Amino acid sequence: MNRATRWFSRNLIRIYAFVGFTYLFIPIIYTIAFSFNASTKSNLVWVGFTWNNWLNPCGAPDVCNALGNSLKIGVLATFFATILGTLMAFAMGRYAFKGRSIVNILIFLPMATPEIVMGASLLTMFISFGFNPGFWTIVIAHVMFCISFVVVTVKARIASLDPRLEQAAMDLYADERETFRRVTLPLVAPGIAAAALLAFSLSFDDFIITNFNSGDVNTFPKFVYISAQRGLPPQANVIGSSMFLIALIIVLVGQFVGRKRAGVR
Amino acid sequence: MSTALLHATAHEKKPLITKKKLLPYWLLAPGIIWLVIFFLVPIYQLISTSTQTQGFGIGTYVQTYRFSNFIDAITSSKAQLIRSFEYAFLATVFALIISYPLAYAVAFKSGRWKNTLLVLIVAPFFCSFLLRTVAWEQILGEQGLVIKFLRFVHIIGAQGHLTATPFAVVAGLTYNFLPFMTLPLYASLERIDIRMMEASGDLYANALTTFRKVTIPLSMPGVVAGTLLTFIPAAGDYINAELLGNPGTKMIGNVIEARYLEIVDYPGAAALSLILMVTILILVMAYVKRAGTEELV
Amino acid sequence: MVDASTSAHGDLTLKNLTKSFGDFVAVDDLDLVIPEGSFFALLGPSGCGKTTTLRMVAGLEEPSSGSIFIGNTEITYEKPYKRPVNTVFQNYALFPHLSIYENVAFGLRRRGVKDVDAQVQKALELVELTHLATRKPNQLSGGQQQRIALARAIVNRPALLLLDEPLGALDLKLRRAMQIELKWIQTEVGITFVHVTHDQEEAMTMADTIAVMNEGKIEQMGSPADLYDNPRTAFVANFLGQSNLIKGSIIERAGEAGVVDVFGTKLALPAARNHAHDSSVLVGIRPEKIRIAPAGSAMNGNILEGGVISDASYIGVSTQYQVEMPWGQELMVFEQNDDGTPPLAKGDPVIMSWESIFTFGLAGDQDATAGSEANPDSE
Repeated sequence: MNRATRWFSRNLIRIYAFVGFTYLFIPIIYTIAFSFNASTKSNLVWVGFTWNNWLNPCGAPDVCNALGNSLKIGVLATFFATILGTLMAFAMGRYAFKGRSIVNILIFLPMATPEIVMGASLLTMFISFGFNPGFWTIVIAHVMFCISFVVVTVKARIASLDPRLEQAAMDLYADERETFRRVTLPLVAPGIAAAALLAFSLSFDDFIITNFNSGDVNTFPKFVYISAQRGLPPQANVIGSSMFLIALIIVLVGQFVGRKRAGVR
Repeated sequence: MSTALLHATAHEKKPLITKKKLLPYWLLAPGIIWLVIFFLVPIYQLISTSTQTQGFGIGTYVQTYRFSNFIDAITSSKAQLIRSFEYAFLATVFALIISYPLAYAVAFKSGRWKNTLLVLIVAPFFCSFLLRTVAWEQILGEQGLVIKFLRFVHIIGAQGHLTATPFAVVAGLTYNFLPFMTLPLYASLERIDIRMMEASGDLYANALTTFRKVTIPLSMPGVVAGTLLTFIPAAGDYINAELLGNPGTKMIGNVIEARYLEIVDYPGAAALSLILMVTILILVMAYVKRAGTEELV
Repeated sequence: MVDASTSAHGDLTLKNLTKSFGDFVAVDDLDLVIPEGSFFALLGPSGCGKTTTLRMVAGLEEPSSGSIFIGNTEITYEKPYKRPVNTVFQNYALFPHLSIYENVAFGLRRRGVKDVDAQVQKALELVELTHLATRKPNQLSGGQQQRIALARAIVNRPALLLLDEPLGALDLKLRRAMQIELKWIQTEVGITFVHVTHDQEEAMTMADTIAVMNEGKIEQMGSPADLYDNPRTAFVANFLGQSNLIKGSIIERAGEAGVVDVFGTKLALPAARNHAHDSSVLVGIRPEKIRIAPAGSAMNGNILEGGVISDASYIGVSTQYQVEMPWGQELMVFEQNDDGTPPLAKGDPVIMSWESIFTFGLAGDQDATAGSEANPDSE
């Protein structure tokens, strides 16, 4: 074997990983690049570079309204789903109780059900109870499908917790409440934060369930879907790109803070 | 200290664990109520709707226990149903092939870049799923550079396309659910003790055998979780088929969506939804059973 | 100066303490008094019930029956945080999200103590780690974490300090150093230490009193020297160091010294060291007590003849011999390399002897190898 092939075979997995990451990022790079496109109507062909779209992100009709709705729904859904899911995760991760396997199935089912089935059936229910779909029906739907993901994420964190830490706290004169407040909760917090982030991104990104249960309330994915038929305004790229960058910064900062707090220098 | 004293007090206090028995139920209650009202009840209504028939006027239905709705649904949408599972299967296989080395590289070959790479795997989540799909549509579409290049070098004829093909739909599905595959794979690979692989090498297994006999079996939980998380949403998806496909690539999701929102045939749509859900559940159960994973979540 | 909710102090008394997990009885009707201020070791192989006992004392496990007292106060069902008991956990269980200072201050703060700062400083001084107060636990080495775990417990001045395999995660050298330090700290603070370990050397180095546990029961309790020189069961004889146990029968029980017949040879067995119930006996002698010489040499005391060396390993300070006896048993002999004579070789016929006062006798109806497989040194 000559040196080139040897180098190639040794680094095969790295080359592969590089190609894989490139594949993952092509559409994102494309989206970011075309957010600077000086096109006026459909954002299909590169016309020229401009800052205008970034300076005027609400320039396209309804785009910021849709974004605002998505953000509001995302925050509300995350808030409720995180609370409900975390409570459930503690019950599942900490206690032996009757009916556990049924609860397990109930948590698993929404993750095993195609979104279209959940969206459609929920709409059927809202209509049959005379509920007009709108902002709150979206929030309700999002909380529903986020709960399971929160439970799974937080439960994993609880399971990885060393029970001796809580025993040590009890041994050091902390009663149940204090133990929970001073030891359990701070140690599970990163898992709850990760779950909240996941819930927000699931909610913010959801189209299928939202499309069924939104009535005439617009959300950002819905806006993209509808305008994609006619050509997407570059402002949509601006919003997508900035959401991407903001989330990336939050995660990286979170990681940095987490590492610092864990004491790794 | 007298022994009399010891005996007098020893059994006065009862064990203390019992009174907490209700706590897990209180913790579960809000979430369960939510899931029951907004997940189980709708599914129940879906079941009930699936055997109804058209009443007087559009959108009004009466329960007639017409089970032939299911047969009608299957006969009219057989092609889309089969296609959905084909596409979802292909997308899952491709995602696995792409993700496994990727997750492996991040878990074992990335050194101090591990956390950064991990963030990069999750990162596409943060850019809207629809935007990314639209981006692919435009990259591969008639105005994009890729198709022009491929036509120029005659890999594709002047009449050929990349979008509006089954290839594009499967590629889109693969792309969109890739992180769902990579993350669980990474999580289970990362947990493998690297010494086990070394031990295998020490016991005369070559790299390939080590991979086959040690790495893959130990990462099985990740493979199971990843394939499920990819297959399930892919089978029910209709966005990729809508944006990247043509009328001949419609999936079951497209049919259900159209029956609900355009044709307003609720019983037919409900029957199809149920068929889709039950088929997926059966496949998942069989698969999980075969893979031998105990707890699902 | 304990000001915890229960300020009990005094001896620790376990009364008929039993803990079963399903059919498995982990701790079996244990009666034990640990005097205030002592350094007490619970020694036994894994699964012998020692950790379960400790956890019941700490309040982390609830006894199936029986009771636990500190002084005159019963704490059997008291919550862990209401007991004047603190624990140094195996692998330390330091709170990873809190600084070293806050870890040590944890118990003081929960109890609402006023001069937290002074006491934390004092505890950190005791373990000589004041300079690490602002660090996080995972920035510390294993030995440092161990000392912080100790400081975190001791700072509360409990009536009782429980140590669960405290040195298990440290390497040999550090373990030795920590053994000495722990012993010194115990003398310094005067708190009762109850130390759980499977390491007989660790127990013997530190403890005033050792209780050897096996299958949920205490086999024997006493000072390290007492346990080593005068074991009462085959388990103790084999688990604590190594022993040669030879089947024999008592033929004379006259006053101070009895006589035992082992395969035709008569050996003297002091009455105070004979624990056999009847004439059937296991005659015990520690390998290092035996003198060994080429067959035909003159010897006195208890003498065994007819052995042939089947294996000899030279390990520097001593030479370890396996000697095959005419009845097929292999005896172990550790000979100090202190007399300038060249070591004996494999196949050499030998004569062995020892001072008869070192002989001990155990009940003959037990398994002569009990405890040897659990002893990490016996290989």
